[in-house]
Amino acid sequence: MEKTSKALPDIKDWGIDADPENDPTYPMKPNRTDEEQNGYNWERSVQQAETVEILKSTERPNLSAVFGTSVPPKGLSGAIRRYAYKNSEGQFSHWLPLLIADRVNVVEGIFDDLKKGKIPNIYAEIGFKAMWKYNRKAAVARIAAHVGIVSAVGLILFRGRIFNDEKLIKKALKNI
Amino acid sequence: MNYRGPGRVRAEEKPMPEILHPEDCIVKVLRSCICGSDLHLYNGNVPDTRVGSTFGHEFVGEVVELGSEVNKLKLGDKVLVPFNIACGKCSFCRQGLYGNCHESNPEATAVGGIFGYSHTAGGYDGGQAEYVRVPYANFGPTIIPEGMDLDDAVMLTDVVPTGYQAAEMGGIQPGDTVVIFGAGPIGIMAAKCSWLFGAGRVIVIDQNEFRLEFVKNYAKCESYNFRSLGDPVEFIKKTTDWLGADVCIDAVGAEAAGSAMQTITGRKTLLQAGSATALFWAINSVKKGGIVSIVGVYGPTGNLVPIGNVLNKGITIRANQASVKRLLPKLIDHVQKGTIKPKALITHRMPLRNISDAYRIFSDKLDNCIKPILIPPTAKE
Repeated sequence: MEKTSKALPDIKDWGIDADPENDPTYPMKPNRTDEEQNGYNWERSVQQAETVEILKSTERPNLSAVFGTSVPPKGLSGAIRRYAYKNSEGQFSHWLPLLIADRVNVVEGIFDDLKKGKIPNIYAEIGFKAMWKYNRKAAVARIAAHVGIVSAVGLILFRGRIFNDEKLIKKALKNI
Repeated sequence: MNYRGPGRVRAEEKPMPEILHPEDCIVKVLRSCICGSDLHLYNGNVPDTRVGSTFGHEFVGEVVELGSEVNKLKLGDKVLVPFNIACGKCSFCRQGLYGNCHESNPEATAVGGIFGYSHTAGGYDGGQAEYVRVPYANFGPTIIPEGMDLDDAVMLTDVVPTGYQAAEMGGIQPGDTVVIFGAGPIGIMAAKCSWLFGAGRVIVIDQNEFRLEFVKNYAKCESYNFRSLGDPVEFIKKTTDWLGADVCIDAVGAEAAGSAMQTITGRKTLLQAGSATALFWAINSVKKGGIVSIVGVYGPTGNLVPIGNVLNKGITIRANQASVKRLLPKLIDHVQKGTIKPKALITHRMPLRNISDAYRIFSDKLDNCIKPILIPPTAKE
């Protein structure tokens, strides 16, 4: 895209009401130069080597000179993230897939732990000890909720089994 | 520290960070904090927060390794590291916007790089660890002045500058009434700093009695529990001759309580980028032509706020991540002279290995917690 020229001297009365004190960025911009009006042409630090996969915003032309390299995208969550980064930051199709990827990543994290032979101690990870010490009511409520969920799942499976057993019994009776 | 999913973190061995750029250094962490904005990550509200990440953007430490082009630091220097990663060379940094650096975050243009704050903020591992990679070591890390307590120094990496900038952005004029929503560490610091700009009256609104009591004593201000006020906006109008406050500061951000609709849509279902209750109240409580200063952190999508009132009341909204490096010379001076005593906010000191409990205590505001500090095993107390 062609750049707009900085000054427009051929416009009648150009700048006659300009007021340098009308600056809501003061004092956040103590050295106001407006040099970005000349575009992306500052002296950059040497570019960090891309040793792992880095997903880049579509709203910039390059990788920033430095970047973090923690947890490169992988698995299903990585695929969702790669899709998300095809859309600009101004679109929900960028952010919502990222939130979904984060949730998928939680499940992947549990499988990763199990693959390494580690059973995640979820009660320790949520800080249950502190909750028990300082807010026993919440701790008991959380245990009750977990027991409730496990019981509900168990009941569903158990009822299914009875149903299956009844069908088996009927089938067996027919064969007699 | 290793993030495992919403509400789940654990202490775990990770590989030593390495120099990846000639201007990097490696810092051995001596103190780190959990910040209120870490809770947005902890609760899974910030997009692109990957399992396995290490959080932590408030830390101080000792330089143990230097990249080939680092010439402003030497091994053994004790440094405080601003939470924002800034190159010092881009157009934004050169104009003092160190919280908006354009050369530290490839993943988003709306925010500069921040240590341990998701891939939306650059994908850096943070300081709730024993060692951290610190980019742009010639520019960001600042040598801790001789004699300064490390607990004071770690508060200068975020809490003090953010609270100070909240007040600064309020454009407070002598005699102004300033209302601060949130009595967390940032709100407390904003209350303290509002007096330095000449506020005539400072009011803090929150729901935690112990924090309200603390801010009343620490910042010598008024403090009120919105749970007992009924409608906090009406209260502020009434207490300001029915005109509203000159300046309102949102020092809460996405985790705000106080409105069921905001909580359900912002925190429980993530239909908006966090609960915007504090900002909603700030816009409605400020007087016509007043200023709303935002330092509470929200996600990148959108929020339910009364933008029509912003227009009709002629409100000026000013907001930014604190420009730590710009403010440090003044704030170091304030701390050294005793004008600001930041370490008074630290209520809990915990070993890094107890990270899961530390997050739970801070997140649920248990045991009258205001600010927890983490001590890695490699740091001597």
